[in-house]
Amino acid sequence: MAGREEQRQTWLVLGASSSVARAFAGAAAEDGADVILAGRDVDDMKRTAGDVSVRTGRNVDVLPFDAEDLAGHEAFAADARKRADILNVFLAFGAMPEQDEIDADFALAAHAIAVNYTGAVSVLHRLAPHLEAQGEGHVVVLSSVAGDRGRLKNYVYGSAKAGLNAYLQGLRARLFRKGVSVTTVKPGFMDTDMTWGLEGMFLVASPEQAARACLKAAKRRRHVVYVPVFWWGIMTIIRHIPEFIFKKMNI
Amino acid sequence: MRARHMKLSGWGRALAVSVRAWRPERAAGVAHALRAGRDDGVIAYAGGRSYGDTPLNGGGDVILTARLDRILSADWKAGRVVCEPGVEVGDLMRVVQTHGYAVPVSPGTGFATVGGCIANDVHGKNHDRHGSFGDHVDWIDLMLPDGETRRVTPDGEADLFAATVGGIGLTGIMLAAGLRLRPVKSNAVLMKETPARDLEAFLAMQEEARDRHTYVVGWIDATARGRALGRGILETADDSEIAVDAPVRTRRRMPIEMPGFAMNRLSVGIFNALYYHRVPRRGRERHAPLTQFLYPLDAIEDWNLLYGKRGFHQFQCVLPDAESPTGLRKLMEAISAAGTGSFLAVLKTLGGAGKGHLSFPMRGFTLALDFPAKPGVTELLGRLERITLDHGGRIYLAKDAAMQPDSFAAMYPRLDEFRAVLDRIDPDRVMNSDMARRLKIRG
Repeated sequence: MAGREEQRQTWLVLGASSSVARAFAGAAAEDGADVILAGRDVDDMKRTAGDVSVRTGRNVDVLPFDAEDLAGHEAFAADARKRADILNVFLAFGAMPEQDEIDADFALAAHAIAVNYTGAVSVLHRLAPHLEAQGEGHVVVLSSVAGDRGRLKNYVYGSAKAGLNAYLQGLRARLFRKGVSVTTVKPGFMDTDMTWGLEGMFLVASPEQAARACLKAAKRRRHVVYVPVFWWGIMTIIRHIPEFIFKKMNI
Repeated sequence: MRARHMKLSGWGRALAVSVRAWRPERAAGVAHALRAGRDDGVIAYAGGRSYGDTPLNGGGDVILTARLDRILSADWKAGRVVCEPGVEVGDLMRVVQTHGYAVPVSPGTGFATVGGCIANDVHGKNHDRHGSFGDHVDWIDLMLPDGETRRVTPDGEADLFAATVGGIGLTGIMLAAGLRLRPVKSNAVLMKETPARDLEAFLAMQEEARDRHTYVVGWIDATARGRALGRGILETADDSEIAVDAPVRTRRRMPIEMPGFAMNRLSVGIFNALYYHRVPRRGRERHAPLTQFLYPLDAIEDWNLLYGKRGFHQFQCVLPDAESPTGLRKLMEAISAAGTGSFLAVLKTLGGAGKGHLSFPMRGFTLALDFPAKPGVTELLGRLERITLDHGGRIYLAKDAAMQPDSFAAMYPRLDEFRAVLDRIDPDRVMNSDMARRLKIRG
């Protein structure tokens, strides 16, 4: 047992500058894990690393990571694996351009797909063999309720998240065979940089609430969770509206 | 990055203004928000614990610092920490206490932020001993109005440091500050409460206590009249070697906003009488967690709802030692005659001047109390302002929403130095606030 206890849990946080990722890093460290922060803004991640280690005394590393740099993901995954005994993954990056801006410029649609779908699949794909080899661990991916149904106001982002959700179903089946859990988190509205100043927000979850829910879902090896949970009800209704009505709705 | 249109008010809730609010989560976002500023300028809004219009900018922009709340590093050997401006002092206190330190200066609420404490050069209950917040700041990383970031130190660029400490946010947006901590032997203090029967006795007791104890504060009964005028309870506290169980952080909330008539002469008078008589005449002693001693009201998170929809004003002034006996008597008489009722008024000593051009402290006695924002309150505040001015005193900007510009200029003799710095670093007046306009701070 003694040898087993020395196996330290480490959470790799992808997209670590977002407020939910920051809160998750803090919650995971509070829970006793080390943390690797990965993202583009290294200066900012160093600040978060300082905060988490001062408050919890855990080791916090910072690694540069760009979701769109697909060629670099292989080496990145190997590097992250080397830094941990038991690696767990929290994927929190995403891009949500306004739909009307996307409609006017395909480059923005391509960017949303590249980050939310291709980038996520790429890095998870490179991490998967390492996770299989260690034979335990958790993967938590921050997806979105937007993937549950294509909506007039958000359908490119939604379609990328829908694709990601399907990918995660397959990945869950694959990693389950090796003892690794995969949790798809579908947040409704969260009080983040991405949603600050948007009209019509309601039932908003704080980053801390969302982060705690993500960590809890991972430990319970949940498959799909809505955060907060009542979004499951809302999305069940939205999914069941007949298409001939839904297409006329302005949501 | 988007901004949000919203209403903001100070802790007193007597003023509410519409602003365009940015809430950056990192330095890049602060730069973006500064560049986006409009004609009415921009000001930082932090913990929202100053009472008046210090952090308000009606019709203009504000930068909320709530998400800039990280402790960036700590050197536990040297007793130093580096913080972002949105870190709450109570939060910082809990973190540093586990390493044998205390934040040397803290206001009466742990929900105030490091940025707000610097911008208002706040003092605590230990000003005679430890000075004000700015006395413990090694440096400030300041994003100037033109977007340039500079590390400001008391020696390097002394006048910019002096304009930022106590400068109510008008020199730019802080990104980080290096702070010195105070070593302590435990998380607790030994506190003693002693009743004082009238103002004269109270002043004598404070005069004696200020050199002997680390923390000294007096709760004064602002509803008492006649021979009992100025009666109160003296609280002293000193570092204890015996630790006590850390208080469980139960956050009680006010269930509702109280109706406006709840704080009336009768209810407040009864409250104050009970508060006075609960302490035995010979006094009493107990060990208490430092945070509980410093933040008695934080147990009820939004106690400002007590004053109802119209909110309240807080008045706080300091009078020089020599003027205090007569000046305080006049203030207490004016307050008690107005009968508008102030629940929990505070009288304590201050030790000397702060480092900022607009730092509030001077050696003397400071009096702080609340008034419901009812008809007549403006006249009362005007009378108190006059008395303060006549006795060579000063009104605290962090509390104020009513002072006249000429009184302000008379009370703050270093205003010209402050203006000179602002003219140099912010010629286009990017930084602005309702308080800056009301007090004509830029001239």
